Amino acid sequence: MFGLFNLANPYKLRDRGVMGMNKRNFSYISRYNQRKFFPNVDDKLKTKVLALDYGLTVPELLGVVRYQHDVAEVSKILDQHQGFCIKPSKGSGGKGILVIIGSDEKGYKKASGEYVTYDDIIRHVTNILAGLFSLGGAADVAMIEALIEFDPAFTGLSHEGVPDIRIIVFKGYPVMAMLRLATHASDGKANLHQGAVGVGINIVDGTAKAAVQYNCPVSSHPDTGRDLLDLKIEGWQEMLHLSASCYEMSGLGYLGADVVLDRNRGPMILELNARPGLAIQTANRMGMLPRLQAIEAIVGRRGPSIEQRVEFVVNNFK
Amino acid sequence: MSERAPFFFLIFILVAVGISTIYYRHVETGVPLTTGQQVTIWEVEAQIAFTGQQGAVNAQLTLPKDGKFKLVEEYTASPAYGVNVLREQIPPKVVWSKRKAEGRQTLYYRGSYKEVSDPETDPAPTDPIQADVWDEPYQSTASTLLKEAFDRSSNDELLLREIQNSLRAQNQSVALLLTRYTRTEVFVHLLQMAGVPSKRVGGLVLEDGRRNQSLIPLVRVYVDKQWELFDLESSDLDPESPILIWRQDSPWLLDVEGAGNSDISFSISSVTRSALKEAQSLSVDADLFNSGLYNLPIAEQNLFKGILLLPIGALVVVFLRVIIGLKCSGTFMPILIATSFIQTELLNGVIGFLLIVSTGLVIRSYLSRLNLLLVSRISAVVILVIGIITLFTIIAFRFGLTDALTITFFPMVIMAWTIERMSILWEEEGGKEVLVQGGGSLLVAVIAYLMMDNALIRHWAFNFLGVHALIMAAVLLMGQYTGYRLLELKRFKPMEDY
Repeated sequence: MFGLFNLANPYKLRDRGVMGMNKRNFSYISRYNQRKFFPNVDDKLKTKVLALDYGLTVPELLGVVRYQHDVAEVSKILDQHQGFCIKPSKGSGGKGILVIIGSDEKGYKKASGEYVTYDDIIRHVTNILAGLFSLGGAADVAMIEALIEFDPAFTGLSHEGVPDIRIIVFKGYPVMAMLRLATHASDGKANLHQGAVGVGINIVDGTAKAAVQYNCPVSSHPDTGRDLLDLKIEGWQEMLHLSASCYEMSGLGYLGADVVLDRNRGPMILELNARPGLAIQTANRMGMLPRLQAIEAIVGRRGPSIEQRVEFVVNNFK
Repeated sequence: MSERAPFFFLIFILVAVGISTIYYRHVETGVPLTTGQQVTIWEVEAQIAFTGQQGAVNAQLTLPKDGKFKLVEEYTASPAYGVNVLREQIPPKVVWSKRKAEGRQTLYYRGSYKEVSDPETDPAPTDPIQADVWDEPYQSTASTLLKEAFDRSSNDELLLREIQNSLRAQNQSVALLLTRYTRTEVFVHLLQMAGVPSKRVGGLVLEDGRRNQSLIPLVRVYVDKQWELFDLESSDLDPESPILIWRQDSPWLLDVEGAGNSDISFSISSVTRSALKEAQSLSVDADLFNSGLYNLPIAEQNLFKGILLLPIGALVVVFLRVIIGLKCSGTFMPILIATSFIQTELLNGVIGFLLIVSTGLVIRSYLSRLNLLLVSRISAVVILVIGIITLFTIIAFRFGLTDALTITFFPMVIMAWTIERMSILWEEEGGKEVLVQGGGSLLVAVIAYLMMDNALIRHWAFNFLGVHALIMAAVLLMGQYTGYRLLELKRFKPMEDY
């Protein structure tokens, strides 16, 4: 019956522990993510301040534009830095992020190679302040961040944009990880539904397991042709620790931590997400529910330390 | 499980309240379950006339009491008379009185009756039957007639048919009895002698447009545990015409004291009304909620007819998002679009929607280059939408496309926000995502429209408020659904094989 419309059999999916959107919303997000902690991650400026408080590495903040009359200040910041990234503090789904990798006589060069003018950048900042990219159109502030110089290990992995690693953290335990690679089809964005490639990463050792694009298995990057399955992410233990500590920092029980590997500064938190998507399951070719339930089954009044949690993950999620 | 017990108890309460109020509304108030059910209402007018003798007058009219009919409304017209309707009496009657009446007086009683589908059965007779003794030779002739009929029959029912037949036949003994008594009188007398309970009643044949009618003498006979009506006098009664038993348990129909030359005649007309209107007029003060709605002025009633459709739309949206997994822009935007489709009709609505949004998107793409602040840009789009609507209306009118004039029913601000969202979506995620989300919204709106425009659903939403309790229960239940969405089964199809 399900095969007829090319649908999966829901009982098979359940046996494989695949988590659906309703299950995620009802049993995890609404149960483990308290409303009052949402601003910790929805407001990226707040996340950054919190992360610094907890001693976690984050991309350097070059400046913040809070009011329309400060927009002109942007030019000062732009003059001092070659590459930078302008993002709305309360943007969602990667909306409103403008990445400038350099400037020359033709103007400012975007990651895609297109050029924009100074006026375009000012307009973008104005749009951010007016709340164009924020949830519900609320007024926002624009953050200007230093560009991430990604690790040479990732060369050939990403067409435009920075490869980032999405790690689902449940009650402080890293549960599942995925490397997200922008493609030409995704227009430099790391969102899987827009055509980015997702590489499932073994949570234990940081090696690649499988890769998907548009929900279908791939083995090499569609633009650069680089083999994706022989990947191994360096400093994986450090990444596990970094993502696990996001639990204490944000207070959210179920979150997605976006981590990038900077050439000079090592792993750093790019942003946190209180409603991480489900595509990570397809990229890992496995359902998430058995791991989530294993963590829910852990009893104990005092929470284990970050080291204990990472140890649990490494020992149990092979 | 126990922590969810209160939740399921709430669902149970909602379902119970919903179903019981629907049941009550249908069975007690008679609100039909489907639309368009018609009932025939018989309006019977009794015209009473008499000549006053310059003294006090007291006129009593026996009122119908018939389990097969239900009184819808009644009123009397009687200038300067005191009127009392004594419903509780057996038989019920209306009493007119006046201290001094002079000359020809005319009084009117008008009652509307409708046939009921489940007639009340009259109780079995309890009084012992006493047969009068007629003078000879009538008594012995009657006895012979009865004995012959009795011999030819084996039970009460056949006996009745035999008596009826012999009274119709050209027969010497019948002819003799009819010189002094009417057929009805003979029939009742024979039944009394045979020990079969019977009653003489006066019935009114209900035929539309009849005037100057009088009651016809009928006999109700208790046979086979139920009362049956027999007509002995006229043979040309239309069996299709219903008969309203007007006089029963009363020797007289009209009793006038203090006046002479009294006369009564009936006129009958039938009105076909929708069963719903009928139930509404009956339930004006029956129960607070639904009848409260019927008591509102028509304009507000129509407003509520619209408002009470919104839960249906909400249910559709919840279902399509939680169970099916359709994406649409703006959670309840599709419902608002669907409500405007109700005004515009579907095809006009969809064409109008596409015209406004696509024209808006084109012009909005220019606006985005002007570097405006959000609030003023949205305002500009609102004005733009109004401009587009005005322009299309004028063009449509010029070309005689009156259907297209309904385009003005679209909610302008909602349309402006839709254009704004789609435009951002276009810049951010490309035209494909605009088509996916815009198409999703339009699909949800069309499905919501088809549900909300369904005559039966509209009828239920307005007339059975219990439906909304059921919708509430369904929405709450779906809020707890943690299974896969239909479209996720497609999305996770590759996972099946790993």
